[in-house]
Amino acid sequence: MIDLINKWKQGLERTRKATFGRLAAMLGVSEIDTDTWEDLEALLLQADLGVETSQQIIESLRQRVHQQGLTRTSELQQALKEELLKRLDEPPPINLEMHQPAVILIVGVNGSGKTTTIAKLAYWFKRQNKKVLLVAADTFRAAAVDQLQVWAERLDLPIVAGQPNADPGAVAYDGIQAALARKADVALVDTAGRLHTRYNLMEELKKVHRVVGKALPGAPHAVWLVLDATTGQNALQQARAFKDAVNVNGIILAKLDSSARGGMAFAIQRTLGIPILFVGLGEKPEDLEIFNPEAFVQGILEG
Amino acid sequence: MFEALTQKLEGIFKELRRRGKLTPADVDAVMREVRLALLEADVHYSVVKDFIARVRERAIGHEVSRALNPAQQVIKIVHEELIATLGEPERLNLSGLKPRVIMLVGLQGSGKTTAAAKLAAQLRSQGERVMLVAADPYRPAAIKQLQTLGERVGVPVFYEAGVKPPQLVARAYEQAQKGGITVLIIDTAGRSQLDEALMDELRAIIQKVTPNETLLVVDAMIGQEALNIASGFQQAIPLTGLMFTKMDGDARGGAAISIRAVTGVPIKYLGTGESLEALEAFDPRRLASRILGMGDVIGLIERAEAAYSEQEAQKQAERMLAGQFTLEDFAQQLRQIRKMGPLHQILEMLPGGMGQMARAISPEEAERNLKITEAIINSMTKEERLHPEILNASRRRRIARGSGTDVQDVNRVLKQFRDAQRLFKTLQKTGGRGLSRLLG
Repeated sequence: MIDLINKWKQGLERTRKATFGRLAAMLGVSEIDTDTWEDLEALLLQADLGVETSQQIIESLRQRVHQQGLTRTSELQQALKEELLKRLDEPPPINLEMHQPAVILIVGVNGSGKTTTIAKLAYWFKRQNKKVLLVAADTFRAAAVDQLQVWAERLDLPIVAGQPNADPGAVAYDGIQAALARKADVALVDTAGRLHTRYNLMEELKKVHRVVGKALPGAPHAVWLVLDATTGQNALQQARAFKDAVNVNGIILAKLDSSARGGMAFAIQRTLGIPILFVGLGEKPEDLEIFNPEAFVQGILEG
Repeated sequence: MFEALTQKLEGIFKELRRRGKLTPADVDAVMREVRLALLEADVHYSVVKDFIARVRERAIGHEVSRALNPAQQVIKIVHEELIATLGEPERLNLSGLKPRVIMLVGLQGSGKTTAAAKLAAQLRSQGERVMLVAADPYRPAAIKQLQTLGERVGVPVFYEAGVKPPQLVARAYEQAQKGGITVLIIDTAGRSQLDEALMDELRAIIQKVTPNETLLVVDAMIGQEALNIASGFQQAIPLTGLMFTKMDGDARGGAAISIRAVTGVPIKYLGTGESLEALEAFDPRRLASRILGMGDVIGLIERAEAAYSEQEAQKQAERMLAGQFTLEDFAQQLRQIRKMGPLHQILEMLPGGMGQMARAISPEEAERNLKITEAIINSMTKEERLHPEILNASRRRRIARGSGTDVQDVNRVLKQFRDAQRLFKTLQKTGGRGLSRLLG
């Protein structure tokens, strides 16, 4: 546990210095007054928790201060930590052993970090001695397939890749056939980035989802949405649209190292009930960690 | 979200109208909602704070103009201040020695490579001789991506394997000079403003070739971190402009306010779609409306204006108001709607309740309906279009066959037409006020 938190700390260190250094001072010694509440609101809003979530948290804190007779900001800090933790679920265990292959569909908007995340996930499964197969079904973006191929080479993994502009559903189908033939444990399917407001592209994604189910009944066994951690309030709309379209059941917060925020995770959990499974903390294959609410909150609060 | 704000503000405005005069308390009530709207649009906390204070001061001391009610006055001030903060749109600076250098910088995934290709395509169509430089050796296949896009837009891409970005850029510049290239666009690797090594690399590139423009490319969906990113980049290198990407999504784009406020650098472009032509000049009025949550009414009007022939519109309006609206006019209107662009884009621009409704429509379905309607009207004789009342069963069957549809489809179109006719008759009586309410 301590190790894990240390690793997060390393990943978040640069940002912490830049942004959250002042928090320790802010919530250090003094007594609770009007400024404290305003500072708290500023802190939460600036971590992208959004107006609604921030107000709820502050309201709960006010009640606690009132009921428990807290007077010092140090006590408040502990209470704040508890309030934040209360609003984050522990990630459910990644338990896909009963499926062979377990098919995981990776979706998200353009530039959220899907392809890099897939490389990291592949490495994560590989370290658990799973046979991983990559399926490059992003046939739209120029060189997206090549990008995943480079990763396949680096990680020494088999890959089924579509031709540019090939039908992504067909590529996914071939990929699953290959995964069955090779008796792979995990098939990771990369899809093209698409803005959730693009009707046709979302329809296309639904089709890929259906085709995967036809290739292997019960598949995909997981649909994970990759969210850029620097995203603001729009993250909730993204998550909602992708959930409606392809029943997303897990979220990966990418690029958390470049922001240390990802505060929208709270609203997504509360409103949509989708758990955060992993966080991305760098550009190397090993820079992926199971989501740890404690470390996540710590990262926000500690200077 | 937009709708919620509009409704709230309307509630407050009604109250303001009743009192007829702006007191500090009235202004504060509005400002609370404006503050929430801005925060929900991802404008940075501290920027919102300053903005609210500034506008509050201006609004309270303000004389209410005769033409407006106090409510409109306040929103006008808010809107004006937002526009002022966003600044005037500026063009690229393409003066000086050739080749002029444009460098794109930004975080990973902000959309630099696509933006570079879009910019190349646009400048090429303006007669520039453009060359792209692939200066991102880090992300796998980033080079290949730019090369593919370069091919697509017909612009050469410079790259040499194993050469570090600063040297690579210097060589590209040399070659561009020899080859009579007029604009060199450098696509750099995505980087965090906190990554010292990569920021040093940018500085080294700038030392080799002095860019005319260093554009910070920012994802329109970005949250509060936008402020730190922008100030981090600006402290490291001199930025000359901003480009917001993925504006075709439904993010409000409040980061534009934050970044403008902290850098003072002008916004030069907006990326608005997946196609390589989807690069637009920025219009502060439209963006301000979007951030406030007022929909893109102005954009919608512009498109309609561009597609509309003034004379034709005048004639139609006259006929409509005279109650002489025919199927011929109906067909004409359908064609005009289609000229405005893909239906889904138009639907997205609608404000308020209409926008909400539009988002629930499948654009494909709507597009299909439009086609069917057109086919049906085209299968009618001129006589039938001018006098739809002569359409008996046998004529309807003929029209259905001719347009490859069913009689039910023909009946539906006729019903729609009669509804439209009725609407115009109502408008005639209310003098057009009904329509403006529908759009407000």
